[in-house]
Amino acid sequence: MADADAERRSLLFFENARVMTNLMAARLQMAMSLGFHIIFAAIGIALPLMMAISEACWLRTGDPVYRVLAQRWAKGAAILFAVGAVSGTVLSFELGLLWPGFMKLAGPVVGVGFGLEGFAFFTEAIFLGVYLYGWDRIPPLAHWLAGAVVAASGALSGVLVLTVNAWMNTPAGFRLVDGRPVDIDPFAALTSPAMLAEAIHMTLAAYAATGLLVAGVHAILLMKDRVNPFHRRALGIALIVGGLASLLQPLSGHYAAHVVAETQPIKLAAMEGQFKTERRAPLRIGGLPDPSTGETRFALEIPAGLSILAYNDPDAEVKGLEAFPAHVRPPVVVVHMAFQLMVACGMAMAAVSLWAAVSWWLTRRLPTGRAFLWAAALVSPLGMIAIEAGWTVTEVGRQPWIIQNVMRTTDAVTSVPGLWISLSAYTALYAGLGVIVVLLLLHQFRVSPRGDELQAASIKENS
Amino acid sequence: MSLLTSMTPAEGVAAAMLVALIAYALLGGADYGAGVWDLLARGPRAEAQRELIARAIGPVWEANHVWLIIVIVLLFTGFPTAFTAVMTTLHVPLSLMLIGVVLRGSAFIFRSYDVTEAAKRRWNRFFSIPSVVTPVLLGAVIGAIATGEPGRAMEAGGAVPLFATWLRPFPLAVGLFALNIFAYLAAVYLTLETSDHDLREDFRKKALASAILLGGVAWVVYLLAKSDAPLVYEGLGRSSWGAPVRYATGAFAILAIVTLWRRWYGAARIAAMLQTALILWGAATSQYPYLVPPGIDLTTGAAPPIVHKLLLIALGCGSLILIPSLVYLFRVFKGHTFRDGREPREQTVRPSSA
Ligand code: HDD
Ligand code: HEM
Ligand code: HEM
Repeated sequence: MADADAERRSLLFFENARVMTNLMAARLQMAMSLGFHIIFAAIGIALPLMMAISEACWLRTGDPVYRVLAQRWAKGAAILFAVGAVSGTVLSFELGLLWPGFMKLAGPVVGVGFGLEGFAFFTEAIFLGVYLYGWDRIPPLAHWLAGAVVAASGALSGVLVLTVNAWMNTPAGFRLVDGRPVDIDPFAALTSPAMLAEAIHMTLAAYAATGLLVAGVHAILLMKDRVNPFHRRALGIALIVGGLASLLQPLSGHYAAHVVAETQPIKLAAMEGQFKTERRAPLRIGGLPDPSTGETRFALEIPAGLSILAYNDPDAEVKGLEAFPAHVRPPVVVVHMAFQLMVACGMAMAAVSLWAAVSWWLTRRLPTGRAFLWAAALVSPLGMIAIEAGWTVTEVGRQPWIIQNVMRTTDAVTSVPGLWISLSAYTALYAGLGVIVVLLLLHQFRVSPRGDELQAASIKENS
Repeated sequence: MSLLTSMTPAEGVAAAMLVALIAYALLGGADYGAGVWDLLARGPRAEAQRELIARAIGPVWEANHVWLIIVIVLLFTGFPTAFTAVMTTLHVPLSLMLIGVVLRGSAFIFRSYDVTEAAKRRWNRFFSIPSVVTPVLLGAVIGAIATGEPGRAMEAGGAVPLFATWLRPFPLAVGLFALNIFAYLAAVYLTLETSDHDLREDFRKKALASAILLGGVAWVVYLLAKSDAPLVYEGLGRSSWGAPVRYATGAFAILAIVTLWRRWYGAARIAAMLQTALILWGAATSQYPYLVPPGIDLTTGAAPPIVHKLLLIALGCGSLILIPSLVYLFRVFKGHTFRDGREPREQTVRPSSA
């Protein structure tokens, strides 16, 4: 009797352990694949816009440097797009390979969003082919239009896939009966409460991160060759796109925080390391939350800051983690640190963008002083770091739910054994790809046109 | 017309999936096949063959690849139970296939941008070897579903078998069949991509060889189906379309060989495409109404009709943009393959050479 009981218990233990390790592996694999894809996706949203701007400048002014610039950017874009497309394909399978329980429920509800995204991908891939390979085959205006379509459909595909993530955070458009969705309203699911905030914030993030990343590259190259017209124009366009977005980003982040406060109070509490429920809750800058004592220490506290930020009212009550049962609290340390990291990056990016804007306002010229170039170079990786951190906030902050208050991540994971093997294989594969992409891009920078060559090119074209 | 009105929304979505799958085979499949010929390129014109292949698929491969994503999205939206069954019971071949997709997709583009000859050769191998392995896995997945093993494993519950669902003669034979048909399509298309007489002849010979080999592999698949995939085998005889579809497939196969023999390349391309489309159509109708036999058909665990209707509307509206765009893409980059006897424009079909 006791034996059977012990056996059952030990079986249960192993079963639990199996689910736990599988869950860990699946989460890591999902996080790794998404963290990889999002870099290429963000560039795929913003770089086509920059190419289209540059080509438009060429069409208007006839300055061949702009054409060379658009073509150079297109070369980089071809590599990045290819990796974005294959890693995205992996993702659409992984939704089922790793989270069959999730897809069974979510597929019918949010699938129409993914379906529309499929068409956005199609237009993007078609016109990308036209753009990259069609320089001398179609009229210049048609070529520019193809680029503009790529830019628009890239942004659209980003927004559409975000609707799915927003739905995971604030599910809408269905009722659950016996674990199956009924009364499905795909439109309501597409326009879930978090949708607008996420769409604005992520699209701006793509422009800000890519714009400043590219600006940083050209700033470094300008330090060596200060008068190079190619890099000056590149820096200008990249700063317009990235700088504007970076200036708007804190505002949209504020709006996103407001939506999170309304719809996912527990995530907000984790982001802020807010353990107690209180009025006039402070905004914490930095600090290390300690879940065992329920305190966030070493933080710089701005009195009532959080109440104002989240609810626009210094006396608003902010719910703390302690208001929720322990088993639905997300890992607060990760979420808080990631949030701090994102905001810090965002502030630094906004500061450098402000510098560029003020300097342009005063002198009507692009700032190319050594100090500014250094600053631009230093902030250039921060956008991508902020994107990774921001997604960590969103996704880890939703745990233990895969669909907020509807389905737990544990119940969604696949029962296929041995996921560690697939995790290791994909990690090695993506690590290798990442290294190769960086090497190839570095090579592209090394062969960047020097000032005198460009002058020769423009003389040739004009004569 | 009566066919259209008598179709349920679920059947409509299934038909759309089949059309997308056929498009993927005809377009994306041929890109795999081109990789096979890249790997097998030998002799004095090996480099010229590789050049031709890279030039032919460069502008279109990314668009061709999206058909696969469309199939997956339609499947998980319209038929979530079937999707999760496939993704669970065929986890291993699908994961391996995706690694192949990633390797060849990135290697193809790295090859155009790396500088040294040695590096280019290395990327070439990373492109061509997965081009051979990936279609075999894709075919094996489709073949495995037809055997009913994955469906039975799903029904049985319990531990998910990693290999037993697909490492069997029939799925592997279907995998080889897929590889063969993709290589065949690619060779037929490539005859139209060049005006160089010798290159043309090279691909004509490859096309003829693979067409004949395809007949042999098809025969093996058919024989194995009798014991391993009885449902599909019987379906082939049962469905009222079965016989006409089979005769038409055979007729187009012969027509393709004859036209290749007579060097009527344009006609050969049409015949080969119709042959491929009919093979997939026939296989799908003989499995109808099952998605994952023996248990999961178009109604088991399907999305509610409203979702299917919306999907069809979205597909209809999307096609209004998609089809003209695709036509434009193929006119710009494949126009020369329709203008027989005219010098194709062989310059600058490369990514911008600034
Ligand atoms: C360039 C990148 C970048 C920058 C500079 C910022 N963010 Fe951000 N943030 C993102 C990139 C990002 C992101 C990665 O794109 C996220 C993840 C999900 C999303 O929609 O956007 C995100 C999520 C995200 C969320 C969570 C939304 C949710 O869970 O639904 C909040 C509350 C903020 N951000 C707030 C801010 C604030 C107050 C910033 C102040 C400067 C800020 N972000 C800068
Ligand atoms: C709209 C797009 C996205 C969808 C549909 C999506 C979906 C999912 C799903 C299904 C999971 C697994 C379940 C879970 O852990 O809750 C997950 C986890 C995760 N995703 Fe996302 N995701 C999206 C975007 C992203 C992006 C772009 C990143 C970038 C870094 C990201 C980072 C993560 C992380 C870190 C996890 C693991 C969280 C954890 O388990 O603790 N997600 N996502
Ligand atoms: C679970 C989440 C996701 C899935 C299943 C997914 C799926 C895909 C697929 C299949 C592609 C390839 C399309 C092609 O062949 O051209 C792709 C590319 C792309 N994805 Fe994702 N994606 C996810 C997350 C995201 C997120 C969070 C964003 C941005 C907000 C995003 C934006 C893009 C963009 C702009 C592209 C275009 C190609 C490129 O830029 O490289 N995706 N994605």
